[in-house]
Amino acid sequence: MANATTSGRLSRFKAMEFVVGILLFGTICLAVLFAPLLFPDGGTKIDLAARLTAPFQSFAHVLGTDPLGRDVLARVVTGGKVSLVVGFASVVGSIFVGVAMGLVAGYYRGAWDALLMRFVDVQLALPFILLAITFFAILGGSLVNTIVLLIVSQCVQYARLVRGSVLSLREREFILSARAIGVADRNIILRHLLPNLLGPVIVLATLNFANNILLESSLTFLGLGVDPTIPSWGGMLADARTYLQTAWWVSVFPGLAILLTVLGLNLLGDWLRDSLDPTGRTSR
Amino acid sequence: MIGFLTKRILQAIFTVLVVTLVVAFAIRLTGDPALISAQGGGTVTEADLQRIRVALGVDRPFYVQYLGFLKGLLTLDFGRSFVGGTPVSQLIGTALPATLTLAFASLFVSIVLSIPLGVKAATTRGKWPDQAIRIFSLIGLSFPNFWLATMLVLLFAIALQWLPPSGYDGFSSYIMPAVTMGLILTATNVRLVRTTMLDTLRSQYVMVARAKGLSETKVLYKHALRNCAIVLLTFLGVQFGGLLGGIVVVERVFNWPGMGTLAFDAVAARDYPVLQSVITVLSALIIGVNLLIDLAYGLIDPRIRTQ
Repeated sequence: MANATTSGRLSRFKAMEFVVGILLFGTICLAVLFAPLLFPDGGTKIDLAARLTAPFQSFAHVLGTDPLGRDVLARVVTGGKVSLVVGFASVVGSIFVGVAMGLVAGYYRGAWDALLMRFVDVQLALPFILLAITFFAILGGSLVNTIVLLIVSQCVQYARLVRGSVLSLREREFILSARAIGVADRNIILRHLLPNLLGPVIVLATLNFANNILLESSLTFLGLGVDPTIPSWGGMLADARTYLQTAWWVSVFPGLAILLTVLGLNLLGDWLRDSLDPTGRTSR
Repeated sequence: MIGFLTKRILQAIFTVLVVTLVVAFAIRLTGDPALISAQGGGTVTEADLQRIRVALGVDRPFYVQYLGFLKGLLTLDFGRSFVGGTPVSQLIGTALPATLTLAFASLFVSIVLSIPLGVKAATTRGKWPDQAIRIFSLIGLSFPNFWLATMLVLLFAIALQWLPPSGYDGFSSYIMPAVTMGLILTATNVRLVRTTMLDTLRSQYVMVARAKGLSETKVLYKHALRNCAIVLLTFLGVQFGGLLGGIVVVERVFNWPGMGTLAFDAVAARDYPVLQSVITVLSALIIGVNLLIDLAYGLIDPRIRTQ
């Protein structure tokens, strides 16, 4: 059914996806990286005289000020660090734990596999947010605990993906031959299986990065995740709730920052999935 | 079929048991409820604390408490709240309908939006409606649910004053929470409908239906969509957990008196029986829905029974 114009349009669309994604995510990363230079006070300076300044009114406070007179732009840019650090660290952690779990379960099968699959069942049955409530009630909220919780809850996705691919890969000729000539299991896993899993894992990691930022911000919004005294997008939105009637901008800009960051990552993930999938099953 | 049934049911029961055990154990690590109850009561001696523990039943060994909880589950007796002594089943009896009706309302919104949009995207593949739908779907996937809820409140409750900003009072209070979760679900579902539709439109019976000269609407909605049903049904099961989790968050924005609100209040008060029951009931629901969907496959598609 595919004709030249359709696929041409689709590939132009794909290219746009990449450009917009990298622009959004890149700009936000750069802004957050240089936040200490741009806003040395980190948006903590209280100026009661300028409290609740509306946005786009003064050059000093482009995005307005919050109920304590702190600059919203400075807080949004500084607060991005929490989301990006939590998102990145939890994805890296989940990759290590999840890929290892999936490799062992898929390659050795047996008890490990059964254990993993039951773990998956339990995870699917327990909504993330309820797990989070219990987890933080025991350990208390902090940046590190948020990362740990995200790793514990998200690593299963990597494990399932890797397990599935390994189950089919281990029956393929190149793995069977490696086994037949007596290559050690460890080398088969690291040299032959792992490189074949890289593509799907990178795609999952990008989309998971986006999702973890959403999860982190909702936890912090609910007062569960990161320490509320550190500026963060979720925390700012929680504080802003009381002032929704009088100061809309305090609720709008941190949320917009989350939306654009996550959108950038989702665009990149979407683009990666289609580029790394030569069959084009998903794009078509 | 009987073997498949028994295996799935046993697996489901096992999962419920593991979830309850993990939760029961974890919650007891969160702190001493006697200390919380005794707060603000002046000077408290160790003997007083012990009396409170006996009264709450938390002095007994863990396994006794857990077995007691399991026994209660069978008769839907979840014990009494540590705060105020209300039977937990009564609290859940009012909170669960609030959450479930919201869940169904959200699913309804999502089905009403995602099926026509997904079909439209599939039939206009690569053209502008398809791409517009794809962009909307990506934006929807990137929205924090609680912020979408806040923005709807800002627009429809504060600026336009069409809808109540929060609360649980009649039809109009359902609109914003259901639209929030419905839109978020639609972002995923619309892509699913599109992909499934594209697969189905290639199949022979759709060609036959077209060859018979049936109208395009009839081909799409009567013949093709019916075959998408099984895929959509599977996804519903996977989504159900996420939907309930999302509702728990959105309930906070709308002060919705559902299971999420109940859970948050229970955490603050170290109210073991309530928190444990909320998590157990929601998990059991999710497991139950997935079990039902698995069984429904067997009915819809006979090939699965023999596998």
